[in-house]
Order: sequence, then C-alpha cells, then structure tokens
Amino acid sequence: MEHVWQAFELVFTPYVLGVVLASALFGLFVGSIPGLTATMATALLVPVTFVMDPVPAIACMATATAMAIFAGDIPGALLRIPGTPASAAYCDEAYTMTCNGEAEKVLGAGLVFSVVGGLFGVIVLVTTAPALAEVALKFSSFEYFWLVLLGLTCAVFISPGRPAKGLASLFFGLLISTVGFENPAAYPRFTFGSEQLMSGFQLTPVMIGMFALSEVIRYAVSNDTPLQPIKQGIGRIFQGQWGLMKQYKMPVLRGSVLGTIVGALPGTGADIAAWISYGLSKRFSKTPEKFGKGHIEGIIESGAANNSALASAWIPALVFGIPGDSITAIVIGVLYLKGMNPGPTIFIENPQNIYAVFIVFFLANLLMIPLGWMAIKTAKNVLRVPRSVLMPIILLFCVVGSFAINNSVFDVGVMLAFGLIAYAMEANDFPIAPTILGLVLGGMLEQNFVTSMIKADGHFSAFFARPIAGSLGVATLLVWFSPLFLGWWRRRRAAAAA
Amino acid sequence: MTWRPLTALLFFLSAHLAGAAEYPVRPITFVVPWGAGGGTDSVARIIASILERDLGKPVNVVNRIGGSGVVGHQAIVSARPDGYTIGMITSEIGMMHHQGLTTLTGASFTPLGLINYDPTAIQVRTDAPYKDFKDFLEVLKANPGKLKGSGTAQGGSWHVSFTGILSELKIPTNAFVWVPSASNAAGLLDLVAGGVDFVAGSHPEGRSLIDAGKVRSLVIFDDQPSGLYPHVPTGVQTVGLHWEIGAWRGIGAPKNLPKEIEARLQAAVKKAYDSKEYQDFMKQRGFGLRWAAPADFARYMETADAHLGQVMKSIGLTK
Repeated sequence: MEHVWQAFELVFTPYVLGVVLASALFGLFVGSIPGLTATMATALLVPVTFVMDPVPAIACMATATAMAIFAGDIPGALLRIPGTPASAAYCDEAYTMTCNGEAEKVLGAGLVFSVVGGLFGVIVLVTTAPALAEVALKFSSFEYFWLVLLGLTCAVFISPGRPAKGLASLFFGLLISTVGFENPAAYPRFTFGSEQLMSGFQLTPVMIGMFALSEVIRYAVSNDTPLQPIKQGIGRIFQGQWGLMKQYKMPVLRGSVLGTIVGALPGTGADIAAWISYGLSKRFSKTPEKFGKGHIEGIIESGAANNSALASAWIPALVFGIPGDSITAIVIGVLYLKGMNPGPTIFIENPQNIYAVFIVFFLANLLMIPLGWMAIKTAKNVLRVPRSVLMPIILLFCVVGSFAINNSVFDVGVMLAFGLIAYAMEANDFPIAPTILGLVLGGMLEQNFVTSMIKADGHFSAFFARPIAGSLGVATLLVWFSPLFLGWWRRRRAAAAA
Repeated sequence: MTWRPLTALLFFLSAHLAGAAEYPVRPITFVVPWGAGGGTDSVARIIASILERDLGKPVNVVNRIGGSGVVGHQAIVSARPDGYTIGMITSEIGMMHHQGLTTLTGASFTPLGLINYDPTAIQVRTDAPYKDFKDFLEVLKANPGKLKGSGTAQGGSWHVSFTGILSELKIPTNAFVWVPSASNAAGLLDLVAGGVDFVAGSHPEGRSLIDAGKVRSLVIFDDQPSGLYPHVPTGVQTVGLHWEIGAWRGIGAPKNLPKEIEARLQAAVKKAYDSKEYQDFMKQRGFGLRWAAPADFARYMETADAHLGQVMKSIGLTK
C-alpha cells in the first residue's frame, strides 16, 4: 500500500498533471488529422521525454496514444477519413450515421465506449499482467495463422448482403498486399523495377484514398442536388449513452474482452482488434440486417475494442519487454532510457513507478471525457461548412495526410489511384472495407503460413499439433462450416416433420 | 536588359558566401531509412539533437522507409551535396546490392563516422539442452536440417552472418533451416513460443527476454566481451573464430561534399559521439559503442561488403 501512496504523490504534482494535459491535447490533435497516426505521435514525443523523469515521460506517451486512438473516430464519422487505421473498421458505418443526422449519437458513443474499453483494458493490465503475458508468449506462427484466418472471415460479415462481392473485394486486398519485397522469401514481387514499390502499398495512403477520396469523387460527379449542410449542431452528445450501455451490455463486454486479448498478443494491435470486433458484432447481433445502414452496435463494440487493445498492448511490453504493437515498441525504448527496464522485475524493483504509470492510465481515460467532448464540439463546425467548400479541403487533407506518412510524393499517387479504384468499386456495389482488411492481414497471413510450413517441414498437420493452435483451428473451421451444417440440419428436421 | 545575369550572379555569390563562410545557414535534414520508433530511429534522434546544438541550426529527422532500407539510403545519396542533407546508413547497405535490389554500396556516400556496432550473438531458450556453443554445433552437425533458426528476413544480416560463421567453421551451411521473421523481436518470440530452436541477433535485441530469464545467449562473435553480458563467451574463446560481421550504424552524406562542409560535419559527428549524452544513451539502451573515423569507416564497409558478398553467393542469395 505504501507504494501506491508514493505513486499518487509521483503523479499528482503540477508538473506531471501539466504534462498529461499537454500530451492529451497533442494526442487529440494528431489523432484527428488523417495521415498522422498514434504511432507517429509517440515517436515525435521521444525527444521531448529526454528531459523528463520516468513517470512524466511514460505518462506523456500513454495519454497521447489513448487520445489519438479515440480522436481517430472524429474525422471518420464527420468526413469518412479514418484518423488512424484503428478507426477504419467502422468508419463507413459512422459516416452513414452522420449522413442520417445522427452525428451526435455516433460521436458520443465513440467517446463513451472508448473510455469504457480503455478502462477495461487498464483494469486487466493492472490485475493480471504477468499471467496474461505468459499466455501471450505461447503464440507462435501456427496460432497467429489461425487468428489471422479468423480475422479474414470477418470480411464476410462486414459486406452487408453481398458476400460474393465482399469476398472479391477481400481477395483484391490480399492481392495488393503481395506487392513488394517484404515477404518471407525476400523476393521482389510486382515491383516492376520500382524502388518505391519494393515496400509495397502502405496502409495509410490506400486507406485515405479508398475512404475519403472516393467520397470526394462521388460528390464531384453526382448530378443530384448537393446535400444540405446539417443545420442542427451537435448538442448533448452524452444523452442516451447510458441507455445504449444498458441495451448493448454484451457487445461492450465482448469488444472489451476481445480487444484486451488481441492487444496483449505481440503480433496484433488496436486496428486488428477493431476489425475482428466489428465482424463479431454483426455475427452475434440480434439485428444484423441493420449493419451498414447506420447502426450503432458495431461502432460501440469495436470502439471499445480498439481502446482496450491499446492498454493491454502494454502487458507483454512491461512484463517481457516485447512490443504488443508499434506504439509499445517505442515505449520500451523509453523505459530502458529511464532506467525502468521492462521485465518481470519491473513490478519488484520500482513498484511506485509502475503504479504511477497505472494511475496515469486511469487518469488519461477519465480525462478523455471532458477533452473529447471539447474536441467534438470544435469538430462539429465541420458540419456547418457547405459541401462545396468542404470537399476541396478534404482533398487537401488527403494529399497532405498521405504525404506526411513517409514524406513521399509516391504515396500521394498511391492515394489518388486507390481513390479512383474505390470509386469504381462502390459504383458497382463492391464494398471497400474488405479490401482494407485484406491489405491489413495479407502480409501476416503469408508470413505466418510460410514460416509455419518451414518449421513443420511441410506437414500441414502441424497446424493442429499445438494445443492453442489446434483449438483456434477447430474454432475457425466451425465458424466456416456451421452455416452449412445448420442449414442441412434444419432441412432434415423439416423433412422429418413433414 | 542586364538585370537577369546580375541577379543570378548576386544570388550565386550570396549562396556561395553563405555556404562557405557560415555553414549551416538553414535547417539540416537527417534521413533515417527505417521506421519511427525503431532502434536506428532512436539513435538518429539523439544524435540529431546533439548535432543541432553544435551546428546551431535545427536538424530534422525524416523517416524514409521502404524497400528494406533502399528508399532511405537512396534519398541520402541523391540529395544535393550541400551539407543540408545527411543521414544514417546501416549494415544493410553492404547486402542490398548483392541481391540486385539497388546499385548503392557504402562507396556511394561521403562517410562521416561509424557510431555503433553490435556483433552477432546466438540465443537459445533457457531450457535448451546445449551446454555451450560447441555443444550446439555438435547437435547441429549430427542432425542436418533439424534445427530451425530465425532472427531476420531471408537473406537478412543475421541470416547471412550465421551462415558465414558456419562456413568459416567448415560446417555445411545446409545443416540448419532458416525461418524468416519480420524483425529480431518476432524471431525471439517464436523462439520462446517453441517455434524455432535458435535466434541469431545482437545482445541489445535479446536483452529484455534474456533479463526475463526466458532466453540465454550462447556466444558473441566479437574480440571483446559484450558490454551487456560480459560473462557470455566470445567466438574467439569458444571456437577460435574472429568474425567481424554484425549490425552497425554510421552517418553519411551524399558524394562530392564541399571540403570545408565535410570537415565541419565530420568534426560535429565526432563531437556528438564523444558527448556524455550520447555515451549515456547508448549504455542505457545497451547498444554497442564503437567509433570509426571516416577513412576507417569506409574501409570497414568495403571489407564487410566483400565478405557478405562471398557468403551470400555461397548460399545462392546473390543475383
């Protein structure tokens, strides 16, 4: 207990609280600008932390990333530009809700359930970190392979009413993920001798092009009367959220649990958590037919999932110095610099410091409510801007955002090309979200499959030989074949009854 | 109408005088060929902040990732040689051209100094049956193709280094199977999860899992003991092998840098390397401190390049 009090003393100083506030504002800013990711926010903070003590240094990173992941929802909902890849899964749904005049509901839910998920992840981090980290260490390429396949299965769930076209879109995503040099054989594929293509297609420019630019093109070519700017502003964003919480108890819990697990695994992070959650949400929803037409349920579940993943990514990072995602990879470096070497001993050697970090996590998530409210209030002005003015500005954001990710004009070209492709796809009723999913998971699928086959000397049975891999494999196959089996069973029952 | 040549002349003179007399007059771009937050990036950011104080102008770190480092290295080489673009060059520069991925070599740069070197070390699970590296080699030889190793991509630096070590020791290089991994951390994870049997990599990369008691290091291929784990036997002690291939980082600029700017930058890099801040940073992170002056750095790159080429050719990785 003594350490806990020391920790409180470490955190509740004007300096640390000032750092938390400043980095929260910084995180909100970075997260809401498309093309600037939460990872980038953390990397930019590293030189700033050189001059700080351990607790404010870690506090500043934890706060900034939590804010950035939430803030990524704002441009996603208002402009259909996911602010960070973690918001891409439900960006479409959120934007549809805004178009239906439900901007306050969707932004409020994004905020409230980010906080709920975040707090859940922190509680798990505080209570079970060492035990969960041991489990995460049992994941080898065999387990990840099945996990990725489960994730890909979500493509079917996120393509409302047209699974065949969803599958085609997914395979297009998988195809473009094969471009480049960073594959298991380290052999340049589809690069046409271009050095730029050797790194393949980066997620951010593709994502910005497919979601945001395609929207701009659709606006530019449509002959309909332009959409009227939504007159009523965003008023009481918290109204009705408690009702949603009661109505969607299960999805919130499922999203938080799934996000925590996926986040704690070293190979996967907040973006994959959001995709899988969104897919599961539709699969288990009582009203799956509403998905894709502006339904809040999936947004609640995956909004909770990406924030809980963020906190649980710290579990392997703190316990074993293994990065749970790209953000914690940076944090680990800072931990070493500050003499808080990650490892099982971190809980013994400097307990007051680690408790202080936990307190900051709670603080950051609670601070999200007032600051997020302010951010939404500011951002709502976007809705008042006439579309004829807004669209060119979005285009500008698309260009700047895709340039900023790697300071490269090539990525701007990638963004433009994928904007056109997405426009053509949507004009022909192909969903674009599965393409993004394919690009996110394609590299992992190949890497884990090929390395598993190398390890198993080519025997496919090895995918079922390890306990966790076997269970995941059976679960995946059940998810795939249960509709077939159930259909057959029902027909048989009907035949027997007749 | 004589104003045009006149302005041009004035412009030239002012630029020339500014460049010669008081370099630097504007911010300097520091290119990093690897992603934000990685080891190379963090070393670059601390060096840049020290250079900034010495040179009196902002030194901005810009990550140019892609193509396994090709894109960023190319960005340094093709920048204007005016001292306003410098960058980090890493060990991969000695390998990429053998694979036909680029025409760049270490000789494409103006070297400004080697600032870090981490030798090859071999890591296994703590509960692995091998007593030492010799023991490990016996098992490897007795069961060709059974032991699986990881730590980098196919043909990555640690893969090539480990293969080179085997061929120096006259052990068939097909005695093991290489499982490509996206990073050394990913390889170590697979090691702990039981997916592979050993990982080749540096000590700072294995540090957290070694400290956590999940992984132990069998050997480090260097002439002196490791700064992090001085009790780990060196390659010379165990198998009598002197081996100089590992991961290194240095600072370079485009070719044909004006002499006075080159001298100014070389002095600044040396000063940054010697600074207490840099030395402390590297020790905290566990990165190997090694300095080589520009001429020695160039020579080292050349030898390593030839060596790597030989090994890569022997295992069919060259084009």
